Amino acid sequence: MVNKNLKRFYAILVFIFLYAPIIVLIIYSFNDSKLRGSWNGFTLKWYYELFKNKEALRALYYTLIIALSSSIISTVLGTFAAIGIHGMRGLNKKVILNLNYLPVLNPDIVTAVALMALFRLAHINFGLFSLLLAHITFSVPYVILSILPKLKQMNVYLAEAAMDLGATPFYSLRKIIIPQILPGIITGALLAFTLSIDDFVISFFTTGHGISNLSIYIYSMARKGINPIINALSTLMFIFMIVLLLIINYRSEKTEKLIEERR
Amino acid sequence: MKKRLILLVTLTLLITSVLSGCGESKPSINVYNWGEYINTDVLEIFEEETGIRVIYDTYATNEDLYVKMKQGGSSYDVVFPSDYMIERMISEDLLSEIDLNNIPMIKGVDERFLNLDYDLKNLYSVPYMWGTVGIIYNTSMIDRELTSWADLWDEEFAGEIIMLNSQRDTLAVALKKLHYSMNTRSIEELEEARDELIKQKPIVYAYLGDEVKDVMIGGEASIAVVWSGDAAAMIEEDSDLKYVIPEEGTNLWFDAMVVPKNAENKEAAEQFINFMTRPDIAAMNAEYIGYSSPIPEAIELLPEEVQNSEVAYPSNEKLENTEIFMDPKDIIGEYDRIWTEITSAQ
Repeated sequence: MVNKNLKRFYAILVFIFLYAPIIVLIIYSFNDSKLRGSWNGFTLKWYYELFKNKEALRALYYTLIIALSSSIISTVLGTFAAIGIHGMRGLNKKVILNLNYLPVLNPDIVTAVALMALFRLAHINFGLFSLLLAHITFSVPYVILSILPKLKQMNVYLAEAAMDLGATPFYSLRKIIIPQILPGIITGALLAFTLSIDDFVISFFTTGHGISNLSIYIYSMARKGINPIINALSTLMFIFMIVLLLIINYRSEKTEKLIEERR
Repeated sequence: MKKRLILLVTLTLLITSVLSGCGESKPSINVYNWGEYINTDVLEIFEEETGIRVIYDTYATNEDLYVKMKQGGSSYDVVFPSDYMIERMISEDLLSEIDLNNIPMIKGVDERFLNLDYDLKNLYSVPYMWGTVGIIYNTSMIDRELTSWADLWDEEFAGEIIMLNSQRDTLAVALKKLHYSMNTRSIEELEEARDELIKQKPIVYAYLGDEVKDVMIGGEASIAVVWSGDAAAMIEEDSDLKYVIPEEGTNLWFDAMVVPKNAENKEAAEQFINFMTRPDIAAMNAEYIGYSSPIPEAIELLPEEVQNSEVAYPSNEKLENTEIFMDPKDIIGEYDRIWTEITSAQ
């Protein structure tokens, strides 16, 4: 009994540790003061000002555009790469796998400066396109790493059986392989999406005029103090993520039930 | 599955077409400024009046700006560096000369703020905002008047003092206390300042940056070294706070508008600088930011209490001993070494 309570207490402690900063941020998004030290009463004015602030909305827009397109493109690239690597044997496979690990282990700042130098050398204008390329570059290895274990679990003979029965390779890829590794693909895509939203260092060095994502925008407020509209924006994003998670959970529960009924 | 795949492909195509297909019909300029350092309404007014689109970005430190300008690959038309950074940019040939004939509004700028050390003949820059560094203290917690930097070394205030977590600014405090120039090139003077700061360390509550505002409003400490703009924001929240410019003199700093050498649209950039120097526009910005405008006619448009504020617009005699930061150039390494020795001292 004591043991159970202790476990519960520990779990609660961990959750408080994880969520306290977010809760404080949400509370302060309703604070009628520009400063964080004092509580001056309830207000919705930061939400109102957020939707009036073109600069913040533009930063949000670019963040989402980059996150969406870089995660989609890197997921497609990563999926094919993972299937290819899975099919390799021997030394080749080892070399490629380790080459894939390198960018993951590399500090962000090194990747950032390297990409900056490369773009300059290739005379690519710094802007949305270079930013997108950079985000795809650092996302692909993560996608590959999240798909490979699923490929290992897959029954290798299924795709071959399908082809024996007359399926074209592409058909068996679509109908046999992809559905089986789909959870890995989704994990990879989500990972790429969050990595892209998170990133500051690489974005800072690879973007050009007119294009700032949220992290660059928020960082640039450091001298004058962070505008509370950022609290409001973060609150909205947090709520959006919770709703999204709930919907995904609800849907996967429904499909599980459907599968059970069919059995 | 097929449907989804098609959806995915169209989505990707759509997004990439949005990415690449931004119409470039209107002329535009790229402006790069400090975060939260403009009233964004003025950008819309500028677009309406001139038909020139402003592509606006922000940065956090002079060094960030410097990296972006050195990096190349993307050019800005108007940027807002501070005094010592302008000096460095001029010496590295990163700026282009401004044709003052295109900026008639410069005649509205207070003469005190033209032809300063960082740009002696005013060939490259038009001042945007200025301010001082001083001491803010809580009159409900401190009984006597503070007037000098030396007060920050008074044992009486142990555990109540907040210093700036900023190399140049904090060294300047100690140098000024010792009655040296804050632009000193003498290593002995710098080391003396270092020893002063290390001596002061036991009575310092913390070295802080922007968080100083919250700590002072919250009453956690009662004395802090701050920039005048922050002081004005704090006093607005808590009228017990008082800002003084110490008698030994202090740092007078400027952020000015300049045109980088690789600007693509210099003519429009000059139009923009002229627009920003117009009294009504400068007043809008000064009111939003809370720092001091160098344009007397703009100050007249501000609310009474701001105009008469000793924080934002101190009298001339208070500014007598002030100095503007110069680029330390070759001895910058010494500054870094001494600052590290201060921060790592126990």
